Amino acid sequence: MQTLTRVRAIVNEQPVEFLCEPRQSLLECLRDILGLTGSKEGCNDGNCGACTVILDGRPVNSCLVLGVEAEGCRITTIEGIARGTELHPLQRAFLNQAALQCGFCTPGLIVAAKALLDEDPDPSEERIRAFLANNLCRCTGYDKVVRAVQDAAAAGREEVPA
Amino acid sequence: MQAFEYANPSTLQEALSLLGNRWGEVDVLAGGTDLLPLMKDEIHTPRRVVNIKNVKELGGIQSTKAGLRIGAAVTLEELLQSALVRKTYPALADAARGIASPQIRNMGTVGGDLCQRPRCWYFRNGFGLLARDAGGQALVPGGENQYHAILGNSGPAYFVSASLLGPALIAYNATVKLASASGSRDVPVEKFFVTPQNDSSREIALLPNEIVTGIVIPSAVTRSATYEVRQRQALDWPLAAASVVLRMKGATVAGARVVLGHVAPTPWVSEEAAQALAGKAINEETATEAGKAALAGATPLSQNAYKVQLARVAVKRALLQAARGRA
Ligand code: FES
Ligand code: FES
Repeated sequence: MQTLTRVRAIVNEQPVEFLCEPRQSLLECLRDILGLTGSKEGCNDGNCGACTVILDGRPVNSCLVLGVEAEGCRITTIEGIARGTELHPLQRAFLNQAALQCGFCTPGLIVAAKALLDEDPDPSEERIRAFLANNLCRCTGYDKVVRAVQDAAAAGREEVPA
Repeated sequence: MQAFEYANPSTLQEALSLLGNRWGEVDVLAGGTDLLPLMKDEIHTPRRVVNIKNVKELGGIQSTKAGLRIGAAVTLEELLQSALVRKTYPALADAARGIASPQIRNMGTVGGDLCQRPRCWYFRNGFGLLARDAGGQALVPGGENQYHAILGNSGPAYFVSASLLGPALIAYNATVKLASASGSRDVPVEKFFVTPQNDSSREIALLPNEIVTGIVIPSAVTRSATYEVRQRQALDWPLAAASVVLRMKGATVAGARVVLGHVAPTPWVSEEAAQALAGKAINEETATEAGKAALAGATPLSQNAYKVQLARVAVKRALLQAARGRA
């Protein structure tokens, strides 16, 4: 019989507690145990970034983290980006720019872009492209994604009174 | 992924008591960016995994009398964010910057970079470190060897060392600190990488009951740089890389360390390039000559002769970059 380990963490500002096998990735725990299926499994080996979550303030590939490693950590997934029913500026900008087609990469891109804007509210285009290098998209060609992030950055700056 | 027992020690002593005596029994988990894929593919099937991220002794970057000490569990992003590293050890910062994914840099560690397994696709597909078929025949020389070694490849190993920081650390004459339950030892990084002679040994001098606790880089050198030739700017290993450290006397080279990466089963120290540079000023011509000297002994395999020129260029550009000196 497999032994299960208890993990306590803060996910999207909510304290959660779950049981998992040590061999389950954080991505599996989020999706299969906590029902947070927004984070996607593209490659399951760190290449595509579809599983990106923010772990203690830093974007990581959740398929390369064990669920048990999340003990005591603070995690933000795509489900925690909107404020209630109000979309995050990044989400609005992705819609306005039509920065998605199939949408499989979108959760990872938005979470990674949020981590970028949290750190740098006014990133250059080059910085945006470099920061999102681990988020692969097979559909959009990236230009619209970059424009959406630029728009969201501008909207975010307007929100804060100078 | 096969099931395993998970250990999460908070002290170094506890971590060391959890290690195994034979390779394969226990794996150390730091960033997990290499270990987890190896375990998913069942190339590694440890019965226990020891997470060392919560061991405080393994963190931090400090200036000490012996030089800069970098804890094994320092992430590549922390390394890159360190103003001290960027300013004083540009060859190391250049190498860390090359790992172009924020997600990987946020998890991957300095110790993990040194201990990561080769990217050789035969190894990654279960043919063993020396990539042999069931009859013991080496698969690389007549196989898909476009990313394999062009130096030090007379067998039995044909893979290239995957470490990105190794060449820079060797160029700086850094030391790696290892600990086991029965004591600790210091090994020059240059001696840490070894060419394995059989499938059950490793490509590093670490013993199964040891872990890397940190790196010490002797104090500041004047000029250094790393240059990597890559197919893609992100999420890729270099095709060839070179780290150089120059000790200048006026405008000429008093001493040089030229270390190539991704060309041999270990980082490759080129005495030939160092000799070619002695007493010379660094310019386009001398840098080109040093690159030629470094690769004079290259023995490319059937599909990787193109790497010889890339490696020459890496040496040349690293030298020119070091000579220009950037803060
Ligand atoms: S699923 Fe994690 S990086 Fe692709
Ligand atoms: S929208 Fe389809 S992969 Fe990005």
